[in-house]
Amino acid sequence: MACYLTTGKHMAIYWSVGTVLLLLAITAPVALAFGFAGAAAARSRFLPLSLLGRGYVAIVRGVPDIAFFLFFVIALDQFFEWIRHEVKCPDWDQPIRQGNDFVVCAAAKLPQGNSAQWIHETYGFFLAVLTFAIVFGAFAANVLYGAMRAVPRAQLETAEAYGMSQRQCFWRILVPQMWVFALPGLSNLWMVLIKATPLLFLLGVEDIVYWARELGGSKTPRFTDYPHGDWRMWYFLGLLVFYLAFTRVSEVALDRIMKRLTKGQATTGGEAQRKTA
Amino acid sequence: MSCWETIADYSLRSIGIGERLLPRENFTLCQQVVLIGSGMIWNIYFGVIALVSGFFLATAVALGKATANPLLRKPSEWFIFVFRGSPLFIQFFFAYFAFLSLKSVSPIFDPFTAAWLGAAIVLFLNTAAYSGEIFYGALLSIPKGDLDAADAYGFSGWTKFRKITWPTMLRLAWPAYTNEAIFLFHATTLVYLSGFPAWRQKGDALYYASYFADKTFNPFVPYPILAGYFILVTLVIISLFGLMNRRLNRHLPQDVRGRIRLRMNLIR
Repeated sequence: MACYLTTGKHMAIYWSVGTVLLLLAITAPVALAFGFAGAAAARSRFLPLSLLGRGYVAIVRGVPDIAFFLFFVIALDQFFEWIRHEVKCPDWDQPIRQGNDFVVCAAAKLPQGNSAQWIHETYGFFLAVLTFAIVFGAFAANVLYGAMRAVPRAQLETAEAYGMSQRQCFWRILVPQMWVFALPGLSNLWMVLIKATPLLFLLGVEDIVYWARELGGSKTPRFTDYPHGDWRMWYFLGLLVFYLAFTRVSEVALDRIMKRLTKGQATTGGEAQRKTA
Repeated sequence: MSCWETIADYSLRSIGIGERLLPRENFTLCQQVVLIGSGMIWNIYFGVIALVSGFFLATAVALGKATANPLLRKPSEWFIFVFRGSPLFIQFFFAYFAFLSLKSVSPIFDPFTAAWLGAAIVLFLNTAAYSGEIFYGALLSIPKGDLDAADAYGFSGWTKFRKITWPTMLRLAWPAYTNEAIFLFHATTLVYLSGFPAWRQKGDALYYASYFADKTFNPFVPYPILAGYFILVTLVIISLFGLMNRRLNRHLPQDVRGRIRLRMNLIR
Protein backbone atom coordinates (compact mmCIF):
# COMPACT_ATOMS: atom_id res chain seq x y z
CA MET A 1 0.00 0.00 0.00
CA ALA A 2 2.67 2.48 1.03
CA CYS A 3 4.57 1.44 -2.04
CA TYR A 4 1.55 1.94 -4.27
CA LEU A 5 0.91 5.42 -2.93
CA THR A 6 4.41 6.51 -3.99
CA THR A 7 4.26 5.50 -7.67
CA GLY A 8 5.17 8.06 -10.33
CA LYS A 9 1.54 9.00 -10.95
CA HIS A 10 0.99 9.53 -7.27
CA MET A 11 3.99 11.78 -7.05
CA ALA A 12 2.18 13.90 -9.67
CA ILE A 13 -0.78 14.39 -7.35
CA TYR A 14 1.51 15.46 -4.53
CA TRP A 15 3.19 17.92 -6.89
CA SER A 16 -0.21 19.25 -7.88
CA VAL A 17 -0.85 20.09 -4.22
CA GLY A 18 2.22 22.26 -4.66
CA THR A 19 0.57 23.80 -7.73
CA VAL A 20 -2.43 24.76 -5.62
CA LEU A 21 -0.27 26.26 -2.90
CA LEU A 22 1.76 28.12 -5.52
CA LEU A 23 -1.44 29.50 -7.00
CA LEU A 24 -2.53 30.71 -3.58
CA ALA A 25 0.89 32.21 -2.86
CA ILE A 26 0.94 34.14 -6.14
CA THR A 27 -2.72 35.06 -6.37
CA ALA A 28 -3.18 36.42 -2.86
CA PRO A 29 -0.68 39.30 -3.15
CA VAL A 30 -1.58 40.04 -6.77
CA ALA A 31 -5.29 40.13 -5.97
CA LEU A 32 -4.55 42.34 -2.98
CA ALA A 33 -2.63 44.71 -5.26
CA PHE A 34 -5.53 44.73 -7.76
CA GLY A 35 -7.92 45.35 -4.90
CA PHE A 36 -5.81 48.16 -3.51
CA ALA A 37 -5.62 49.79 -6.92
CA GLY A 38 -9.37 49.37 -7.38
CA ALA A 39 -10.21 50.81 -3.98
CA ALA A 40 -7.81 53.73 -4.41
CA ALA A 41 -9.30 54.39 -7.85
CA ALA A 42 -12.84 54.29 -6.47
CA ARG A 43 -11.86 56.91 -3.87
CA SER A 44 -10.21 59.13 -6.46
CA ARG A 45 -11.40 62.71 -6.97
CA PHE A 46 -10.92 62.32 -10.72
CA LEU A 47 -14.32 61.18 -11.97
CA PRO A 48 -13.42 58.76 -14.81
CA LEU A 49 -10.91 56.97 -12.57
CA SER A 50 -13.45 56.78 -9.77
CA LEU A 51 -16.08 55.37 -12.15
CA LEU A 52 -13.56 52.82 -13.42
CA GLY A 53 -12.87 51.65 -9.86
CA ARG A 54 -16.54 51.47 -8.95
CA GLY A 55 -17.43 49.73 -12.20
CA TYR A 56 -14.74 47.10 -11.64
CA VAL A 57 -16.17 46.27 -8.22
CA ALA A 58 -19.78 46.38 -9.36
CA ILE A 59 -19.47 44.12 -12.39
CA VAL A 60 -17.85 41.22 -10.61
CA ARG A 61 -20.55 41.23 -7.92
CA GLY A 62 -23.92 39.89 -9.02
CA VAL A 63 -22.64 37.44 -11.62
CA PRO A 64 -21.64 33.84 -10.83
CA ASP A 65 -17.87 33.74 -10.47
CA ILE A 66 -17.62 30.50 -12.37
CA ALA A 67 -18.91 32.29 -15.42
CA PHE A 68 -16.08 34.77 -14.96
CA PHE A 69 -13.53 32.01 -14.64
CA LEU A 70 -14.71 30.44 -17.88
CA PHE A 71 -15.03 33.81 -19.60
CA PHE A 72 -11.73 35.41 -18.66
CA VAL A 73 -9.53 32.52 -19.68
CA ILE A 74 -10.73 32.60 -23.27
CA ALA A 75 -11.12 36.36 -23.33
CA LEU A 76 -7.62 37.07 -21.97
CA ASP A 77 -6.08 34.52 -24.29
CA GLN A 78 -7.75 36.10 -27.30
CA PHE A 79 -6.88 39.58 -26.06
CA PHE A 80 -3.15 38.76 -25.82
CA GLU A 81 -3.16 37.07 -29.19
CA TRP A 82 -4.99 40.03 -30.72
CA ILE A 83 -2.41 42.49 -29.39
CA ARG A 84 0.49 40.39 -30.65
CA HIS A 85 -1.34 40.05 -33.94
CA GLU A 86 -1.65 43.81 -34.32
CA VAL A 87 2.01 44.31 -33.47
CA LYS A 88 3.63 41.43 -35.34
CA CYS A 89 1.50 41.19 -38.45
CA PRO A 90 0.40 44.70 -39.43
CA ASP A 91 -0.15 43.72 -43.06
CA TRP A 92 -2.67 40.97 -42.37
CA ASP A 93 -5.76 41.82 -44.39
CA GLN A 94 -8.31 39.18 -43.33
CA PRO A 95 -10.70 39.80 -40.46
CA ILE A 96 -9.83 38.15 -37.15
CA ARG A 97 -13.31 36.75 -36.55
CA GLN A 98 -14.23 34.61 -39.53
CA GLY A 99 -17.67 33.32 -38.68
CA ASN A 100 -17.14 30.95 -35.81
CA ASP A 101 -13.36 31.03 -35.89
CA PHE A 102 -10.83 33.23 -34.21
CA VAL A 103 -7.88 33.54 -36.57
CA VAL A 104 -4.60 35.32 -35.94
CA CYS A 105 -1.38 35.00 -37.87
CA ALA A 106 0.96 32.17 -36.89
CA ALA A 107 3.57 34.47 -35.35
CA ALA A 108 1.00 35.83 -32.91
CA LYS A 109 -0.09 32.47 -31.52
CA LEU A 110 0.36 32.12 -27.79
CA PRO A 111 2.12 30.00 -26.80
CA GLN A 112 4.05 29.27 -29.99
CA GLY A 113 2.91 26.02 -31.59
CA ASN A 114 6.41 24.54 -31.55
CA SER A 115 7.31 25.46 -27.96
CA ALA A 116 7.88 22.92 -25.24
CA GLN A 117 5.17 21.27 -23.16
CA TRP A 118 6.15 23.10 -20.01
CA ILE A 119 5.64 26.46 -21.69
CA HIS A 120 2.08 25.48 -22.57
CA GLU A 121 1.44 24.44 -19.00
CA THR A 122 3.01 27.56 -17.54
CA TYR A 123 1.02 29.75 -19.88
CA GLY A 124 -2.21 28.03 -18.79
CA PHE A 125 -1.22 28.49 -15.17
CA PHE A 126 -0.38 32.14 -15.80
CA LEU A 127 -3.82 32.74 -17.34
CA ALA A 128 -5.43 31.02 -14.35
CA VAL A 129 -3.51 33.20 -11.89
CA LEU A 130 -4.47 36.34 -13.78
CA THR A 131 -8.15 35.30 -13.83
CA PHE A 132 -8.16 34.57 -10.12
CA ALA A 133 -6.42 37.85 -9.43
CA ILE A 134 -8.93 39.86 -11.47
CA VAL A 135 -11.98 38.24 -9.84
CA PHE A 136 -10.62 38.26 -6.29
CA GLY A 137 -9.13 41.70 -6.80
CA ALA A 138 -12.66 43.00 -7.22
CA PHE A 139 -13.73 41.41 -3.92
CA ALA A 140 -10.62 42.73 -2.20
CA ALA A 141 -11.29 46.19 -3.64
CA ASN A 142 -14.74 46.06 -2.12
CA VAL A 143 -13.34 45.13 1.29
CA LEU A 144 -10.53 47.70 1.21
CA TYR A 145 -12.88 50.43 0.02
CA GLY A 146 -15.11 49.77 3.02
CA ALA A 147 -12.07 49.66 5.33
CA MET A 148 -10.79 53.00 4.07
CA ARG A 149 -14.13 54.56 4.84
CA ALA A 150 -14.13 52.97 8.30
CA VAL A 151 -10.98 54.79 9.41
CA PRO A 152 -12.20 57.55 11.76
CA ARG A 153 -12.61 60.82 9.89
CA ALA A 154 -11.02 62.69 12.80
CA GLN A 155 -7.70 60.96 12.14
CA LEU A 156 -7.56 62.32 8.61
CA GLU A 157 -8.71 65.75 9.71
CA THR A 158 -5.95 65.87 12.29
CA ALA A 159 -3.43 64.93 9.60
CA GLU A 160 -4.76 67.71 7.39
CA ALA A 161 -4.55 70.13 10.29
CA TYR A 162 -0.87 69.24 10.65
CA GLY A 163 -0.45 70.33 7.06
CA MET A 164 -0.04 66.97 5.36
CA SER A 165 -0.86 66.83 1.67
CA GLN A 166 -3.51 64.50 0.21
CA ARG A 167 -0.87 61.98 -0.75
CA GLN A 168 0.77 62.05 2.67
CA CYS A 169 -2.62 61.68 4.40
CA PHE A 170 -3.37 58.65 2.28
CA TRP A 171 -0.05 56.84 2.69
CA ARG A 172 0.88 57.79 6.27
CA ILE A 173 -2.47 57.89 8.03
CA LEU A 174 -5.14 56.07 6.07
CA VAL A 175 -3.25 53.03 4.78
CA PRO A 176 -1.58 51.97 8.06
CA GLN A 177 -4.86 52.24 9.94
CA MET A 178 -7.20 50.58 7.48
CA TRP A 179 -5.77 47.05 7.82
CA VAL A 180 -7.47 46.31 11.12
CA PHE A 181 -10.83 47.16 9.55
CA ALA A 182 -10.03 45.24 6.40
CA LEU A 183 -8.75 42.07 8.06
CA PRO A 184 -12.07 40.37 8.87
CA GLY A 185 -13.18 40.86 5.27
CA LEU A 186 -9.80 39.84 3.88
CA SER A 187 -9.59 36.72 6.00
CA ASN A 188 -13.04 35.75 4.80
CA LEU A 189 -11.77 36.33 1.28
CA TRP A 190 -8.73 34.14 1.93
CA MET A 191 -11.04 31.30 3.02
CA VAL A 192 -13.07 31.76 -0.13
CA LEU A 193 -9.89 31.82 -2.21
CA ILE A 194 -8.81 28.52 -0.70
CA LYS A 195 -12.18 27.06 -1.49
CA ALA A 196 -12.03 28.40 -5.04
CA THR A 197 -8.78 26.63 -5.91
CA PRO A 198 -10.48 23.44 -7.19
CA LEU A 199 -11.83 25.61 -9.99
CA LEU A 200 -8.29 25.49 -11.43
CA PHE A 201 -9.44 22.20 -12.84
CA LEU A 202 -12.00 24.02 -14.96
CA LEU A 203 -9.32 26.30 -16.31
CA GLY A 204 -7.46 23.36 -17.74
CA VAL A 205 -4.61 23.14 -15.24
CA GLU A 206 -3.72 19.63 -14.14
CA ASP A 207 -4.44 20.15 -10.46
CA ILE A 208 -5.44 17.86 -7.62
CA VAL A 209 -9.00 17.44 -8.83
CA TYR A 210 -7.71 16.29 -12.20
CA TRP A 211 -5.33 13.77 -10.66
CA ALA A 212 -7.89 12.50 -8.17
CA ARG A 213 -10.22 11.73 -11.04
CA GLU A 214 -7.52 10.09 -13.10
CA LEU A 215 -5.94 8.01 -10.36
CA GLY A 216 -9.12 6.88 -8.71
CA GLY A 217 -10.77 5.77 -11.91
CA SER A 218 -10.68 2.25 -13.25
CA LYS A 219 -13.41 2.11 -15.87
CA THR A 220 -11.55 3.59 -18.82
CA PRO A 221 -9.30 1.15 -20.70
CA ARG A 222 -6.31 3.49 -20.41
CA PHE A 223 -6.18 2.86 -16.70
CA THR A 224 -6.67 -0.87 -16.40
CA ASP A 225 -3.17 -1.07 -14.96
CA TYR A 226 -4.46 0.26 -11.65
CA PRO A 227 -4.79 -2.54 -9.12
CA HIS A 228 -8.08 -1.35 -7.68
CA GLY A 229 -11.68 -0.60 -8.48
CA ASP A 230 -13.35 2.76 -8.55
CA TRP A 231 -11.56 4.61 -5.76
CA ARG A 232 -12.37 8.13 -6.88
CA MET A 233 -14.66 8.49 -3.90
CA TRP A 234 -11.74 7.91 -1.51
CA TYR A 235 -9.45 10.25 -3.39
CA PHE A 236 -12.06 12.98 -3.13
CA LEU A 237 -12.54 12.22 0.54
CA GLY A 238 -8.81 12.83 0.88
CA LEU A 239 -9.17 16.16 -0.88
CA LEU A 240 -12.11 17.06 1.35
CA VAL A 241 -10.02 16.40 4.45
CA PHE A 242 -7.09 18.32 2.98
CA TYR A 243 -9.26 21.39 2.43
CA LEU A 244 -10.88 21.10 5.86
CA ALA A 245 -7.47 20.98 7.53
CA PHE A 246 -6.23 23.86 5.40
CA THR A 247 -9.17 26.13 6.25
CA ARG A 248 -8.89 25.23 9.93
CA VAL A 249 -5.19 26.09 10.06
CA SER A 250 -5.80 29.40 8.27
CA GLU A 251 -8.59 30.20 10.70
CA VAL A 252 -6.26 29.82 13.66
CA ALA A 253 -3.46 31.76 11.97
CA LEU A 254 -5.76 34.62 10.98
CA ASP A 255 -7.07 34.85 14.53
CA ARG A 256 -3.50 35.38 15.71
CA ILE A 257 -2.87 38.10 13.12
CA MET A 258 -6.09 39.83 14.12
CA LYS A 259 -4.96 39.83 17.75
CA ARG A 260 -1.65 41.37 16.74
CA LEU A 261 -3.27 44.04 14.58
CA THR A 262 -5.90 45.17 17.06
CA LYS A 263 -3.14 45.98 19.53
CA GLY A 264 -3.29 49.68 20.35
CA GLN A 265 -6.13 50.44 17.94
CA ALA A 266 -9.01 52.72 18.88
CA THR A 267 -11.59 49.94 18.48
CA THR A 268 -13.58 47.81 20.92
CA GLY A 269 -11.18 44.93 20.31
CA GLY A 270 -8.16 47.06 21.04
CA GLU A 271 -9.82 48.49 24.15
CA ALA A 272 -10.60 45.00 25.45
CA GLN A 273 -6.98 43.95 24.91
CA ARG A 274 -5.73 47.00 26.76
CA LYS A 275 -7.94 46.23 29.75
CA THR A 276 -6.91 42.60 30.05
CA ALA A 277 -3.21 43.42 29.71
CA MET B 1 -35.71 29.83 -38.98
CA SER B 2 -37.44 32.65 -37.23
CA CYS B 3 -36.97 33.42 -33.60
CA TRP B 4 -40.47 32.20 -32.69
CA GLU B 5 -39.68 28.78 -34.10
CA THR B 6 -36.47 28.72 -32.10
CA ILE B 7 -38.41 29.51 -28.96
CA ALA B 8 -40.91 26.76 -29.74
CA ASP B 9 -38.10 24.28 -30.41
CA TYR B 10 -35.65 25.10 -27.68
CA SER B 11 -37.30 26.93 -24.81
CA LEU B 12 -37.92 23.68 -22.90
CA ARG B 13 -34.92 21.83 -24.35
CA SER B 14 -33.22 21.48 -20.96
CA ILE B 15 -36.04 19.31 -19.63
CA GLY B 16 -36.23 17.23 -22.77
CA ILE B 17 -39.22 18.80 -24.55
CA GLY B 18 -38.80 19.98 -28.12
CA GLU B 19 -36.00 19.58 -30.63
CA ARG B 20 -33.40 16.94 -29.68
CA LEU B 21 -30.45 18.21 -31.68
CA LEU B 22 -28.64 21.27 -30.43
CA PRO B 23 -27.78 23.80 -33.13
CA ARG B 24 -24.40 22.98 -34.66
CA GLU B 25 -23.51 25.90 -36.89
CA ASN B 26 -24.69 29.38 -37.84
CA PHE B 27 -25.60 30.16 -34.26
CA THR B 28 -28.01 33.04 -34.02
CA LEU B 29 -28.29 35.35 -31.07
CA CYS B 30 -31.86 34.16 -30.61
CA GLN B 31 -30.76 30.51 -30.28
CA GLN B 32 -28.21 31.44 -27.65
CA VAL B 33 -30.64 33.51 -25.61
CA VAL B 34 -33.37 30.85 -25.77
CA LEU B 35 -31.15 27.86 -24.98
CA ILE B 36 -29.31 29.53 -22.13
CA GLY B 37 -32.68 30.67 -20.80
CA SER B 38 -33.97 27.13 -21.04
CA GLY B 39 -30.97 26.02 -18.97
CA MET B 40 -31.99 28.50 -16.30
CA ILE B 41 -34.93 26.18 -15.53
CA TRP B 42 -32.44 23.84 -13.89
CA ASN B 43 -30.68 26.58 -11.98
CA ILE B 44 -33.99 27.77 -10.59
CA TYR B 45 -35.07 24.22 -9.80
CA PHE B 46 -31.89 23.48 -7.82
CA GLY B 47 -31.96 26.84 -6.10
CA VAL B 48 -35.60 26.65 -5.01
CA ILE B 49 -35.44 23.02 -3.85
CA ALA B 50 -32.27 23.56 -1.83
CA LEU B 51 -33.45 26.84 -0.36
CA VAL B 52 -36.87 25.59 0.75
CA SER B 53 -35.68 22.29 2.21
CA GLY B 54 -32.44 23.75 3.54
CA PHE B 55 -34.34 26.37 5.52
CA PHE B 56 -35.77 23.76 7.90
CA LEU B 57 -32.50 21.90 8.42
CA ALA B 58 -30.75 25.23 8.94
CA THR B 59 -33.15 26.15 11.73
CA ALA B 60 -32.61 22.76 13.36
CA VAL B 61 -28.81 23.01 13.05
CA ALA B 62 -28.75 26.55 14.44
CA LEU B 63 -30.81 25.48 17.45
CA GLY B 64 -28.59 22.43 17.85
CA LYS B 65 -25.44 24.52 17.85
CA ALA B 66 -26.93 26.86 20.45
CA THR B 67 -27.97 24.18 22.94
CA ALA B 68 -25.90 23.25 25.97
CA ASN B 69 -26.31 19.50 25.41
CA PRO B 70 -23.08 18.28 23.76
CA LEU B 71 -24.87 15.34 22.13
CA LEU B 72 -26.79 17.81 19.96
CA ARG B 73 -24.19 20.57 19.82
CA LYS B 74 -21.18 18.62 18.60
CA PRO B 75 -22.88 17.07 15.55
CA SER B 76 -24.29 20.47 14.55
CA GLU B 77 -20.91 22.12 14.93
CA TRP B 78 -19.22 19.43 12.86
CA PHE B 79 -21.91 19.54 10.21
CA ILE B 80 -21.45 23.30 9.80
CA PHE B 81 -17.65 23.02 9.87
CA VAL B 82 -17.48 20.27 7.26
CA PHE B 83 -19.79 21.93 4.76
CA ARG B 84 -18.47 25.45 5.25
CA GLY B 85 -14.83 24.45 5.46
CA SER B 86 -14.55 22.58 2.19
CA PRO B 87 -15.18 23.70 -1.37
CA LEU B 88 -18.62 22.98 -2.77
CA PHE B 89 -16.92 21.77 -5.93
CA ILE B 90 -15.13 19.00 -4.02
CA GLN B 91 -18.37 18.17 -2.18
CA PHE B 92 -20.10 17.67 -5.52
CA PHE B 93 -17.33 15.38 -6.76
CA PHE B 94 -17.21 13.39 -3.56
CA ALA B 95 -20.99 12.99 -3.41
CA TYR B 96 -21.18 11.94 -7.04
CA PHE B 97 -18.55 9.25 -6.70
CA ALA B 98 -19.94 8.14 -3.35
CA PHE B 99 -23.36 7.68 -4.93
CA LEU B 100 -21.71 5.93 -7.86
CA SER B 101 -20.12 3.34 -5.61
CA LEU B 102 -23.32 2.93 -3.60
CA LYS B 103 -25.08 2.18 -6.86
CA SER B 104 -23.37 -1.20 -7.02
CA VAL B 105 -24.65 -1.99 -3.53
CA SER B 106 -28.29 -1.52 -4.28
CA PRO B 107 -30.35 -0.24 -7.22
CA ILE B 108 -32.17 2.08 -4.81
CA PHE B 109 -29.29 4.50 -5.27
CA ASP B 110 -29.74 4.74 -9.06
CA PRO B 111 -31.53 8.11 -9.07
CA PHE B 112 -28.92 9.58 -6.72
CA THR B 113 -26.27 9.61 -9.44
CA ALA B 114 -28.53 11.78 -11.59
CA ALA B 115 -28.16 15.49 -11.11
CA TRP B 116 -31.79 16.20 -10.30
CA LEU B 117 -31.57 14.29 -7.02
CA GLY B 118 -27.88 13.89 -6.14
CA ALA B 119 -26.86 17.49 -6.77
CA ALA B 120 -30.02 18.75 -5.09
CA ILE B 121 -29.06 16.82 -1.93
CA VAL B 122 -25.55 18.28 -1.89
CA LEU B 123 -26.89 21.80 -2.39
CA PHE B 124 -29.50 21.19 0.30
CA LEU B 125 -26.89 20.14 2.87
CA ASN B 126 -24.52 22.92 1.83
CA THR B 127 -27.03 25.71 2.09
CA ALA B 128 -28.34 24.26 5.35
CA ALA B 129 -24.84 24.58 6.82
CA TYR B 130 -24.27 28.13 5.58
CA SER B 131 -27.70 29.41 6.63
CA GLY B 132 -27.45 27.42 9.86
CA GLU B 133 -24.40 29.47 10.77
CA ILE B 134 -26.27 32.69 9.88
CA PHE B 135 -29.26 31.66 11.99
CA TYR B 136 -26.96 30.68 14.85
CA GLY B 137 -25.39 34.12 14.80
CA ALA B 138 -28.84 35.71 14.80
CA LEU B 139 -29.97 33.46 17.64
CA LEU B 140 -27.09 34.71 19.77
CA SER B 141 -27.89 38.36 19.04
CA ILE B 142 -31.56 38.27 20.02
CA PRO B 143 -32.00 41.17 22.46
CA LYS B 144 -32.08 39.86 26.01
CA GLY B 145 -34.99 42.19 26.80
CA ASP B 146 -37.23 40.46 24.26
CA LEU B 147 -36.78 37.11 25.96
CA ASP B 148 -37.20 38.61 29.44
CA ALA B 149 -40.42 40.24 28.28
CA ALA B 150 -41.63 36.89 26.92
CA ASP B 151 -40.88 35.27 30.29
CA ALA B 152 -42.73 38.08 32.06
CA TYR B 153 -45.79 37.48 29.90
CA GLY B 154 -45.73 33.83 30.87
CA PHE B 155 -44.54 32.40 27.54
CA SER B 156 -42.56 29.23 27.83
CA GLY B 157 -41.30 26.27 25.84
CA TRP B 158 -42.72 25.85 22.36
CA THR B 159 -44.97 28.92 22.45
CA LYS B 160 -42.06 31.15 23.40
CA PHE B 161 -39.94 29.74 20.59
CA ARG B 162 -42.73 29.95 18.04
CA LYS B 163 -43.93 33.45 18.95
CA ILE B 164 -40.78 35.23 20.13
CA THR B 165 -37.46 33.51 19.52
CA TRP B 166 -37.99 32.22 16.00
CA PRO B 167 -39.49 35.38 14.43
CA THR B 168 -36.81 37.54 16.03
CA MET B 169 -34.09 35.19 14.84
CA LEU B 170 -35.45 35.32 11.28
CA ARG B 171 -35.77 39.09 11.43
CA LEU B 172 -32.15 39.53 12.46
CA ALA B 173 -30.85 36.93 10.04
CA TRP B 174 -32.92 38.00 7.05
CA PRO B 175 -30.48 40.40 5.29
CA ALA B 176 -27.64 37.86 5.52
CA TYR B 177 -30.01 35.08 4.50
CA THR B 178 -30.97 37.03 1.38
CA ASN B 179 -27.32 37.13 0.36
CA GLU B 180 -27.04 33.42 1.07
CA ALA B 181 -30.00 32.78 -1.25
CA ILE B 182 -28.36 34.80 -4.03
CA PHE B 183 -25.07 32.91 -3.69
CA LEU B 184 -26.93 29.63 -3.63
CA PHE B 185 -28.39 30.42 -7.04
CA HIS B 186 -24.94 31.31 -8.27
CA ALA B 187 -23.59 28.05 -6.86
CA THR B 188 -26.10 26.02 -8.87
CA THR B 189 -23.94 26.68 -11.93
CA LEU B 190 -21.35 24.27 -10.53
CA VAL B 191 -23.61 21.23 -10.80
CA TYR B 192 -22.86 20.16 -14.36
CA LEU B 193 -19.21 21.20 -14.18
CA SER B 194 -18.57 18.68 -11.44
CA GLY B 195 -19.13 14.96 -11.80
CA PHE B 196 -22.84 14.97 -12.49
CA PRO B 197 -23.38 14.19 -16.17
CA ALA B 198 -25.77 16.19 -18.32
CA TRP B 199 -27.91 13.40 -19.68
CA ARG B 200 -28.81 13.91 -23.39
CA GLN B 201 -27.33 17.38 -23.20
CA LYS B 202 -30.00 18.55 -20.81
CA GLY B 203 -27.88 20.95 -18.82
CA ASP B 204 -28.15 24.17 -16.91
CA ALA B 205 -27.55 27.68 -18.19
CA LEU B 206 -23.78 27.54 -17.79
CA TYR B 207 -23.67 24.20 -19.61
CA TYR B 208 -25.27 25.75 -22.69
CA ALA B 209 -23.26 28.95 -22.37
CA SER B 210 -19.98 27.03 -22.36
CA TYR B 211 -21.29 24.87 -25.23
CA PHE B 212 -21.74 28.00 -27.33
CA ALA B 213 -18.43 29.47 -26.19
CA ASP B 214 -16.64 26.26 -27.16
CA LYS B 215 -18.32 26.05 -30.54
CA THR B 216 -17.96 29.67 -31.57
CA PHE B 217 -14.64 30.50 -29.82
CA ASN B 218 -16.39 33.70 -28.82
CA PRO B 219 -17.01 34.12 -25.10
CA PHE B 220 -18.28 37.65 -25.57
CA VAL B 221 -21.83 36.63 -26.49
CA PRO B 222 -22.95 33.63 -24.39
CA TYR B 223 -21.42 34.65 -21.05
CA PRO B 224 -22.93 38.15 -20.98
CA ILE B 225 -26.30 36.53 -21.80
CA LEU B 226 -25.80 34.20 -18.84
CA ALA B 227 -24.78 37.14 -16.67
CA GLY B 228 -27.94 38.99 -17.72
CA TYR B 229 -30.13 36.05 -16.71
CA PHE B 230 -28.41 35.81 -13.33
CA ILE B 231 -28.76 39.51 -12.65
CA LEU B 232 -32.48 39.07 -13.41
CA VAL B 233 -32.74 36.17 -10.95
CA THR B 234 -30.85 38.20 -8.36
CA LEU B 235 -33.28 41.09 -8.73
CA VAL B 236 -36.27 38.74 -8.35
CA ILE B 237 -34.76 37.21 -5.19
CA ILE B 238 -34.07 40.63 -3.73
CA SER B 239 -37.62 41.78 -4.31
CA LEU B 240 -39.20 38.58 -2.95
CA PHE B 241 -36.99 38.56 0.13
CA GLY B 242 -37.58 42.28 0.51
CA LEU B 243 -41.32 41.62 0.81
CA MET B 244 -40.65 39.04 3.51
CA ASN B 245 -38.28 41.46 5.22
CA ARG B 246 -41.05 44.07 5.30
CA ARG B 247 -43.37 41.56 6.89
CA LEU B 248 -40.83 40.46 9.52
CA ASN B 249 -40.13 44.06 10.47
CA ARG B 250 -43.71 45.31 10.36
CA HIS B 251 -44.02 45.80 14.12
CA LEU B 252 -41.00 48.09 14.35
CA PRO B 253 -41.08 51.87 14.05
CA GLN B 254 -40.35 53.11 10.55
CA ASP B 255 -36.88 54.47 11.16
CA VAL B 256 -35.26 51.44 12.79
CA ARG B 257 -36.36 48.91 10.16
CA GLY B 258 -33.36 47.14 8.68
CA ARG B 259 -32.98 47.48 4.96
CA ILE B 260 -31.47 44.68 2.95
CA ARG B 261 -28.10 45.65 1.62
CA LEU B 262 -26.37 43.70 -1.05
CA ARG B 263 -23.01 42.42 0.01
CA MET B 264 -20.15 40.76 -1.75
CA ASN B 265 -20.57 37.83 -3.99
CA LEU B 266 -18.46 34.89 -2.84
CA ILE B 267 -17.78 31.41 -3.99
CA ARG B 268 -18.28 28.66 -1.49
